Amino acid sequence: MEQQKPALFGKTAAEIREIAAQLGLPAFASGQIVDWLYNKHVDSIDKMSNLSRQARALLSEHFVLGKSAPTSVQVSADGTKKYLYRSGTNRFVEAAYIPDEDRATLCVSSQVGCKMGCLFCMTGKQGFQSQLSAGEILNQISSLPERDKLTNIVYMGMGEPLDNLEEVMRSLEILTAEWGFGMSPRRITVSTIGMIPAMKHFIEHSECHLAISLHSPFHDERRKLMPIENVYPAEEVIEVLRTFDLSRQRRISFEYIMFKDLNDTPRHVKGLTKLLNGLRCRINLIRFHPIPDTPLESSTEQTIQLFREALVKKGIRTTVRASRGQDIFAACGLLSTKELVKVQAPDF
Amino acid sequence: MDNGLTTFLKNLRLETVTLEGKIELGKDVYVIRLARRQSFLPGQVVGLSLGGLPPRLYSIASGPDDPYIELLFNIKPDGLLTPRLASLKPGDALSVSAPFGAFLGDQKPAWWIAAGTGIAPYRAMMRAGLGHNKMLIHGGRTADSFYFENEMLSAFGERYVRCCSQESGPGLYSGRLTSWLKEQPQIDPTLLYYLCGSAEMVVEVRDILISKGVPIEHVMSEIYF
Ligand SMILES: Cc1cc2nc3c(=O)[nH]c(=O)nc-3n(C[C@H](O)[C@H](O)[C@H](O)COP(=O)(O)OP(=O)(O)OC[C@H]3O[C@@H](n4cnc5c(N)ncnc54)[C@H](O)[C@@H]3O)c2cc1C
Ligand code: SF4
Repeated sequence: MEQQKPALFGKTAAEIREIAAQLGLPAFASGQIVDWLYNKHVDSIDKMSNLSRQARALLSEHFVLGKSAPTSVQVSADGTKKYLYRSGTNRFVEAAYIPDEDRATLCVSSQVGCKMGCLFCMTGKQGFQSQLSAGEILNQISSLPERDKLTNIVYMGMGEPLDNLEEVMRSLEILTAEWGFGMSPRRITVSTIGMIPAMKHFIEHSECHLAISLHSPFHDERRKLMPIENVYPAEEVIEVLRTFDLSRQRRISFEYIMFKDLNDTPRHVKGLTKLLNGLRCRINLIRFHPIPDTPLESSTEQTIQLFREALVKKGIRTTVRASRGQDIFAACGLLSTKELVKVQAPDF
Repeated sequence: MDNGLTTFLKNLRLETVTLEGKIELGKDVYVIRLARRQSFLPGQVVGLSLGGLPPRLYSIASGPDDPYIELLFNIKPDGLLTPRLASLKPGDALSVSAPFGAFLGDQKPAWWIAAGTGIAPYRAMMRAGLGHNKMLIHGGRTADSFYFENEMLSAFGERYVRCCSQESGPGLYSGRLTSWLKEQPQIDPTLLYYLCGSAEMVVEVRDILISKGVPIEHVMSEIYF
């Protein structure tokens, strides 16, 4: 059975104030609830010990807390951990915890599955099951055993964050608010394949970094990899980016998975240089981690390095992202809970 | 770029148009007809909205020479827009963007593969005269899911395959369109393959085509996200 009562976790301070008022709780109680939720990361309403017993009973009567610990974890030889979280009764998402020398990043999911069907992605192969609520997105962080070590959050797990705009924006508000997790937006990156209207809203209403999955500078080649290119072409995405003043601290980066012979040639260096001309940005080159039944192959190490050097020579800041957690399928593009998806009747 | 709007964003701006007609094609499936403001290419979409909702996208289902535009949609039970669209009456106002999109038909021989309302852009392409060297494969759950069936039958004849996963009937292949595709002894890797509909259909069909030797360069997809 799906959760019947709504969850407190994932509500904004304003919403909690409203709830407290509706339940007839004293005005200060809302601040206390918010503090228990997002600062003390409590895991049950009953543990909100500075609230009166009656207040806790009232809250429990109408709400659940809405947090749940990961149901399992896989640990990679390189220290990366992949956590499985439940969404509702029978859906699951994964979050990848990636510790590094001086930072620890959590890659969170925003949807169960994904509708975007990118050719190279395991989540895409799973199809779409449901949206995550802001609370379910934040629970991946709040219920993480390594929560206190986290330095960075990236919305690059399962799903297209900007296809779940409302809940993602709400989660960002709670993450970055003083009353919330109090995280700097400079430590948060939201990744998108370039859903233009939602991306525009995101840039106008959030200070977090933006990463755009590019993977080819050429319209006709990109749309074979990413169907979104048919409706929101990369060229238009970049035109829209150019209309914003991105000179402040916000970082715009382009994710570029390297596919052998497909997007790793000098022609592509030239195409990228032309496309991004004058835009303050960086490119992250990513090794492709083959998924089952794919016709795609990763570029060789040498090609990746030469590609990087060629872009740097053209004046584009370019890095090669370390592959992490490949052995536990936690690396980029490998997250999937397809095996846990209850079979649904398709429309065909 | 006045007011920070690119040409593309200006195109996405909504204008008010009047509903000219509405036909119920089957249970919870409708075609709506709107005044045509601009020319478009067969395969393009428009953004559509009511009451300030963020626009949803719909493939234009009419031909470029038709004096109106038609859109085909089905009601999503918990959807915000489609139940309201279904209750509109002729004369009611709704908001529409200019046409855009690059899932375009052309003269090259191809297979057009659709699930559910994903048939819409192929009707536009067919009405543009692009259907003569195409094979049309349409998947649906029930026998009444083959929208524009009569029109398609007369345009495509033997080149029109209706795959019905939950019912059987004359002229229908009993089974999912993915099963029909898997059963084909030969898939010509030199043809183009257009896929349109849900993500689940597109990713599954794309995998089947690739496993049968079709190069990815020959697969064009439009996902109804
Ligand atoms: C390029 C393109 C072309 C398209 N062409 C067509 C077409 O020709 N015909 C057509 O019928 N459709 C088409 N679509 C789909 C269309 O744009 C709409 O998505 C669809 O009609 C549903 O709209 P809605 O507002 O009724 O549903 P929405 O409100 O958008 O909801 C869609 C579904 O998601 C679920 N949902 C919504 N919000 C949430 C949430 N917060 N959490 C969990 N689930 C949620 C709803 O239950 C519903 O089932 C196209 C889409 C694209 C991208
Ligand atoms: S790459 Fe991102 S947008 Fe594309 S299918 Fe995978 S999860 Fe979805």
